[in-house]
Amino acid sequence: MGEKTYTITSPVMGTFYRSTAPGEKFLVEEGQKINASDIVCMIESMKIFTELRSEQSGVVKKILVENEDPVMKNQPLIEIEPN
Amino acid sequence: MLIKTILIANRGEIALRVIRACREMGIKTIAVFSDADKDSLHVKYADDAVNIGPALSRKSYLNIDNIIAAANKTKADAIHPGYGFLSENTGFAKACSDNNIIFIGPSAQSIAKAGDKSAARQTLSDLGIPIIPGSDNIVSSSDLACDIAARVGYPVILKAAGGGGGRGMRIARNKDELVTAFSIASGEAGVAFGNPDIYLEKYIEKPRHIEIQILGDNFGNYIHLAERECSIQLRYQKLIEESPSSFVDETFRAKLGKTAIKIAKSIGYTNAGTMEFLVDKNKNFYFMEVNARIQVEHPVTELVTGVDIVRQQILIASGQMLAIKQEDIRLNGWSMECRINATDPRDNFMPSPGQIESIIFPGGPGIRIDTHIHDKYMVTPFYDSLIGKLIVWAENRPTAINRMKRALSEFEIKGIETTIGFYQKVFENDDFQKGNIDTHFLERMK
Repeated sequence: MGEKTYTITSPVMGTFYRSTAPGEKFLVEEGQKINASDIVCMIESMKIFTELRSEQSGVVKKILVENEDPVMKNQPLIEIEPN
Repeated sequence: MLIKTILIANRGEIALRVIRACREMGIKTIAVFSDADKDSLHVKYADDAVNIGPALSRKSYLNIDNIIAAANKTKADAIHPGYGFLSENTGFAKACSDNNIIFIGPSAQSIAKAGDKSAARQTLSDLGIPIIPGSDNIVSSSDLACDIAARVGYPVILKAAGGGGGRGMRIARNKDELVTAFSIASGEAGVAFGNPDIYLEKYIEKPRHIEIQILGDNFGNYIHLAERECSIQLRYQKLIEESPSSFVDETFRAKLGKTAIKIAKSIGYTNAGTMEFLVDKNKNFYFMEVNARIQVEHPVTELVTGVDIVRQQILIASGQMLAIKQEDIRLNGWSMECRINATDPRDNFMPSPGQIESIIFPGGPGIRIDTHIHDKYMVTPFYDSLIGKLIVWAENRPTAINRMKRALSEFEIKGIETTIGFYQKVFENDDFQKGNIDTHFLERMK
């Protein structure tokens, strides 16, 4: 159990956002089921927003970063337990 | 001179550009800076500098209260907003006038009129100026966006009401795409301009982007400084600009210039501004929007007209009458600009923040570099990826192209990825050299 988690990492140094716009509902919560290609979070770097999508369907196991926290390139952001 | 001290409410290369104009005019300068910019050149070059908050833009460069407080504390007579940030924010322009500070730009009412698409569209169509079909108002919801899109036909484009530069701009080719694009565009616009408002237009395929620089004083005098060709874009972000445009002859220039001034007059626009047009291959042109600010690409116009646009902005704001007449404007030679961005062309132009190890700048005849970077400079992820502009002047377009190629080959930035190498490929491209370009040129070239 939990041996084969899939981790979404940041492609770039920037700021981590859990919603598509400030004040909007978070895209995913821990324990939520998601489909492959669902948008799970956003990274803002140099005023450009990048939508990060899950490559696999499964359950959101752990969100490793607080909303609006700075993140480094390749930093783990969200763990997904694939089904 | 009415204005003795100017606070520059911006950062990076444009803050330096304004400081340089002020210094040449004997005007005292006040820089403002976020925690991330305390070692920046604009802080060093200004006569005085005030910290206005943390790195995140909305807590510093978009923080109207902190900037007005800094201006009051340093007894600044005027504020130059640069581009981006608060440059087209009516609340900021109004806060300036409420505090008896001259806003170096159009009045709050003119900015509001330029940004108020519904009123502007009505006025312009009454004046017989062609406009692109789309929403007459700010689009308040994705449902409403879908209704308007169904009326004008897909594809459609979403644009931020608060400013340009590709921020908050997304294309949608069907209803599903539009629903997602609406939310993302609104979020981007909110972060970039402090204003999440979005409008929608029918998307015109393969046009040229040609814009007219204008100047208007407070006495009803207007001139235009000809066109800039800005079709070399990626994701609606201009990358290479030139003046003049090889597509524009004297007759067409006069027509565009006259139209631009007509638009400016219709909204009581003063100071420097730009009227953007989409032009199709048959030279049909559609008015897109007013850029109510100094623009990134203003240097190409300066180099072919000899007019210092930032200096003119300050003179106009201080209540002076335009000393330049339309017949004084004669285009001399050709100018081209490459925006040097901290993005990685080999990784889909992803932002590439990081520390610069070392730089070698190009030099020699006909070269101008507007930049705030230097050896060991830290390019943070908090602001725009523009780290400098390489501008060349030469007597004609082929010579300007050769000069740009030469300058790009001399330009070396170590430590981060930049667009320099990518531009070398663009300038080698046959269609680019022949001037066969439209706003999708780069998508095809890749």
